[in-house]
Amino acid sequence: MAAVLDLPMSVVRPRARRVAGVPVALVGIALAYLTLFLFLPLFAVFFEALRKGWGVYAAAVADADAWAAIRLTLLAAAIAVPANLVFGVAAAWAIAKFDFPGKSVLITLIDLPFSVSPVVSGLIYVLVFGLQGWFGPALADHGVKVIFAVPGIVLATIFVTFPFIARELIPLMQAQGREEEEAAVLLGANAWHLLWRVTLPNVKWGLLYGVILCNARAMGEFGAVSVVSGHVRGLTNTLPLHIEILYNEYQFAGAFACASLLAILALVTLVLKTWVESRVARETVI
Amino acid sequence: MIFARRSHSVLPGFNVALGITLLYLSLIVLIPLSAALFKTFTLTWDAFVAHVTAPRVLASLRLSFGAALIAAAINAVFGLLVAWVLVRYPFPGRRVVDALVDLPFALPTAVAGIALTAIYAPNGWLGKPLLESFDLKVAFTPLGILVALTFIGLPFVVRTVQPVLEDLERELEEAAQSLGASHAQTFARVILPTLAPALLTGFALAFARAVGEYGSVIFIAGNMPMVSEIAPLMIITKLEQYDYAGATSVAVVMLAASFALLLAINLLQWWSRRYAESDA
Repeated sequence: MAAVLDLPMSVVRPRARRVAGVPVALVGIALAYLTLFLFLPLFAVFFEALRKGWGVYAAAVADADAWAAIRLTLLAAAIAVPANLVFGVAAAWAIAKFDFPGKSVLITLIDLPFSVSPVVSGLIYVLVFGLQGWFGPALADHGVKVIFAVPGIVLATIFVTFPFIARELIPLMQAQGREEEEAAVLLGANAWHLLWRVTLPNVKWGLLYGVILCNARAMGEFGAVSVVSGHVRGLTNTLPLHIEILYNEYQFAGAFACASLLAILALVTLVLKTWVESRVARETVI
Repeated sequence: MIFARRSHSVLPGFNVALGITLLYLSLIVLIPLSAALFKTFTLTWDAFVAHVTAPRVLASLRLSFGAALIAAAINAVFGLLVAWVLVRYPFPGRRVVDALVDLPFALPTAVAGIALTAIYAPNGWLGKPLLESFDLKVAFTPLGILVALTFIGLPFVVRTVQPVLEDLERELEEAAQSLGASHAQTFARVILPTLAPALLTGFALAFARAVGEYGSVIFIAGNMPMVSEIAPLMIITKLEQYDYAGATSVAVVMLAASFALLLAINLLQWWSRRYAESDA
């Protein structure tokens, strides 16, 4: 803005005046598009959830099956996120701090689950652990049930959230180079000190960012989990699957009440994400 | 040289880290994915072709790929506009809007599905006026699928174009305009070529996501065979009928498409990096 004032007025002014209406129109179109596809659906979730009043809302959320679904959703995320966190740190350490052949292939393979359809993600576990699958009959002989049971749900959740933390950490740790770690080793640090005192503090915001996104997807996954769940109420229903059942039974208020919980999770995720981004921006400025 | 460099590194933990990475990658991703391929190899080629070219399957694949393509195109146009507006015009509430653009990443697909259906159903907020005024049925038709796929693909183009637009040197535009270019010429000849790699990457990412999308679509689609049945639903339908071979055949076609798209996206990103470097 200040730069504009320094320019000769005769050059800048007429053009600026001629297009004065364009920004307003563009902002208007962009906001209309976002309203149609983003804001309205978000608003609809809460509106429909409360349409029949707080009583119906509270009853739907306090329902025993809803609680079982919430517990299973939390359990799946509580296993999937730490598992992918350990993997993400290990993968980023190997890829960012060392050179080895096949590295770019490895990075592509890590990204793979993002481009696989959620339904296909569920199907491949059915082919491995289902009764028709590779290990299904052997596992069934030992009384272990993976598909249509909790282990399958956890595995499918791990698959769809697999790349989140690794792909956040790899470019970050590559950009930070190896000098700090190498200096620490020369000063006598062991691997454990290196990880906890040097590497992880350096990437803590990227790590947190990855964990937030990984958690949101883990709790909200629908397609992959739907294939392996078997939809047993109170046992193998996650919250998104519980919403589907309520919706298909025309219990719209209940479905939207449960959906509003996940919508709140999404909003909290966005707030945390924006906060982390602003922290990163501030630290890079310093 | 590559090996020499590794053995000279003073940093510890390479074997452990790579070991964990490869083991976990194999167990979670590679072995299960190869199960789908092996399952297909137990079929004869003719049987595979018969599964994949059945009219109902073909219709579902055509719908999934066609609708994903149109949705990605819509998002390319409007995503570019949203990115432009967010970078160039300070308006009240811009930061909130900027944060909310990522909503389709954060909102579970089932929630998006029922919310969009509530809005666009024949008795919904927008569905009702659209039906009464324009005789246009959105939910429970292929048009509804398009709405859902547009929703879930919305952030991709915005988020790939936005950083490039932020780094764009205003001097270039000012130079073009002081040399007599109109706003339209400046946009088409100066801005758009610089954005092209990012725009295409965003388009490909949105397309790849939309092709495989399931959760947000099935509520709004109506799921009529031959009309509004998407390919992922076809897989589920076949699974529910214990037709594992049929389900896997459709899945392998979709996997092949995913791999091709992943390759294309990697090439695009490599191209845009080179583009950015040659610029600098």
